[in-house]
Amino acid sequence: MADYKGVLICGELAEDKITTVTKELTNTGRRLSDDLNQPLSLLLIGQNIQETAAEAISFGADRVFYIAEGLPFAESLPEHYVAIIASVFNQIKPSIVLLSHTDMGRDIAPRLAASLGTTVCMDCIELEIDADSKSLLQTKPVYGGNAMAVWVSVNYRPHVVTMRPRSASPAQSDPSRKGQIVPITVEIDESTIKGKLLETVKEEAKGIKLEEAKVIVAGGGGIGGSEGFQLIQELAQVLGGTIGITRVPCDEGWMPTSLEIGQTGHIVSPDLYFAIGISGAPQHLAGCSGSKCIVAINKDPEAHIFKEADFGIVGDYREVLPILIEKCKALRAT
Amino acid sequence: MDIIVCVKQIPDPEIPPSKFKLDIESKKVVPPEGIPPVMNPYDEQAVELALRLKDKYGGKITVLTLGSEATSSIAKHALAMGADEGIVITNKAFEDSDSFSKAYILSQAIKKVGDYDLVLCGRQAADWDEGLVGSIIAENLGLPLVTLAEAVDVANGKLKVKRVILDGYQVFTVPIPAVVTVSNEVGRPRLPSGWGIISASQKQIPVWSVDDIEADSSKTGASAARRKLVKLFIPERERKCEIIERETTAEASIELVDTLIKAGAI
Repeated sequence: MADYKGVLICGELAEDKITTVTKELTNTGRRLSDDLNQPLSLLLIGQNIQETAAEAISFGADRVFYIAEGLPFAESLPEHYVAIIASVFNQIKPSIVLLSHTDMGRDIAPRLAASLGTTVCMDCIELEIDADSKSLLQTKPVYGGNAMAVWVSVNYRPHVVTMRPRSASPAQSDPSRKGQIVPITVEIDESTIKGKLLETVKEEAKGIKLEEAKVIVAGGGGIGGSEGFQLIQELAQVLGGTIGITRVPCDEGWMPTSLEIGQTGHIVSPDLYFAIGISGAPQHLAGCSGSKCIVAINKDPEAHIFKEADFGIVGDYREVLPILIEKCKALRAT
Repeated sequence: MDIIVCVKQIPDPEIPPSKFKLDIESKKVVPPEGIPPVMNPYDEQAVELALRLKDKYGGKITVLTLGSEATSSIAKHALAMGADEGIVITNKAFEDSDSFSKAYILSQAIKKVGDYDLVLCGRQAADWDEGLVGSIIAENLGLPLVTLAEAVDVANGKLKVKRVILDGYQVFTVPIPAVVTVSNEVGRPRLPSGWGIISASQKQIPVWSVDDIEADSSKTGASAARRKLVKLFIPERERKCEIIERETTAEASIELVDTLIKAGAI
């Protein structure tokens, strides 16, 4: 076990740039590496990323491994990623492997742990090195967020861990940092790859991305149908924000599933979050509890959302929203 | 198409947070009084997806669940929805088993069932919220895997799987047999029909022991767990809500805007 040293972050790129979630991981990984007094490595997979690799050093990595050739990135299958990460793992033997709890991390972390014969903890919101035992304490929400569990691994290395987006702040760039950039090659036995990715379709969100929105107006089951979302949309518009939904409008088919906020959807942290006709299930709060200010509007005074909000009105959204829209419009005009 | 669906019984995840209780000492969840456990909702959606495939292509659906004989109620529920067979696998050590040993036992049971084209699991169980078992089964059985599916179809003798991603979807093809984990985008599972409930009540649910599936006991139970739970707690609430009350809702709404301006929120 002492042979395993350091932290390896499996980084994600968007248009050859390091994503915010990877910067968040870098922040956490740096802290863990410092506490262990061991190196922090970052793995990047993509084409034309030499510059990005250099930039990654400034965010806190001691070593950046990058793979830039010889792989069919256009059809990046999870099997490819797992084979690459497993190969890098075998080259550097880190004791902790960090991924973000994203579409990619959710899929790859369990496969990676199973193929390496080790342990894994999904969707952590806090990671800490125990001062005495030096073991990694892994804290994650369970029971939809009703409770928190703290896990430690028993004699298995590496610890494969995914971290929930927005659970740490992103690392800041420090151009004076020094580090090593290591291009690596990985041989993949193509005969082991069984699946094929036919297409990836991104439904371009019109307007503001939920993750970047300053204001989000979200509606739940209490909205009662797709028509009610026109008011939600209107309020979002006058506030310069965007709209979100909970599971119910998603399951009922009132609104597109891509707008879902919560444990299985977007994790958001706007300055202002309106929860309208939302009961406040922990599974939903998991996606919005990082908001600076939460306003709840619900007919039911007993709704759990009032325990999780900063301001609330007990009332029918059909009465409240037109007034909010009108007043905010008037504010805009002045 | 013959399909195996792995389902799990869990405490009802829809209970209000005020009813959620823990026993801190034993690090266990206290089952809410008067609220019976249910089939994990994501697993119910996996059963629904299996039924849609059966409606289209025919075949047999076998439901597997780990637990005690009491767990057979969720297998019955799946039968009432339209599944053909339910099997309960029992083992005293399940309580303290981790995802790896549960996946191992399910893999052994899947081998015993034998003929199948597809294994479906829910994307995660709504109790521990990990999402591991399906992926580990795929690794154990050496089968291709697609996670977070919202639809599955057959094309040119292969499975065509639509996988949900945050801002869209992906389409994979994998050879048969394969493992697929099912996401909530599948939508509402069907309700059991009256006839389904009657025919399910007449069916026997076989109970398999770990010996029936030739499981190696060193790979199951607490001693095989790859990690241990050191603490379980209810997080503290950080917010205190100011309810804005006025004579009328309209007045409260106006006041809300003023309050938000004062708070610097708009």
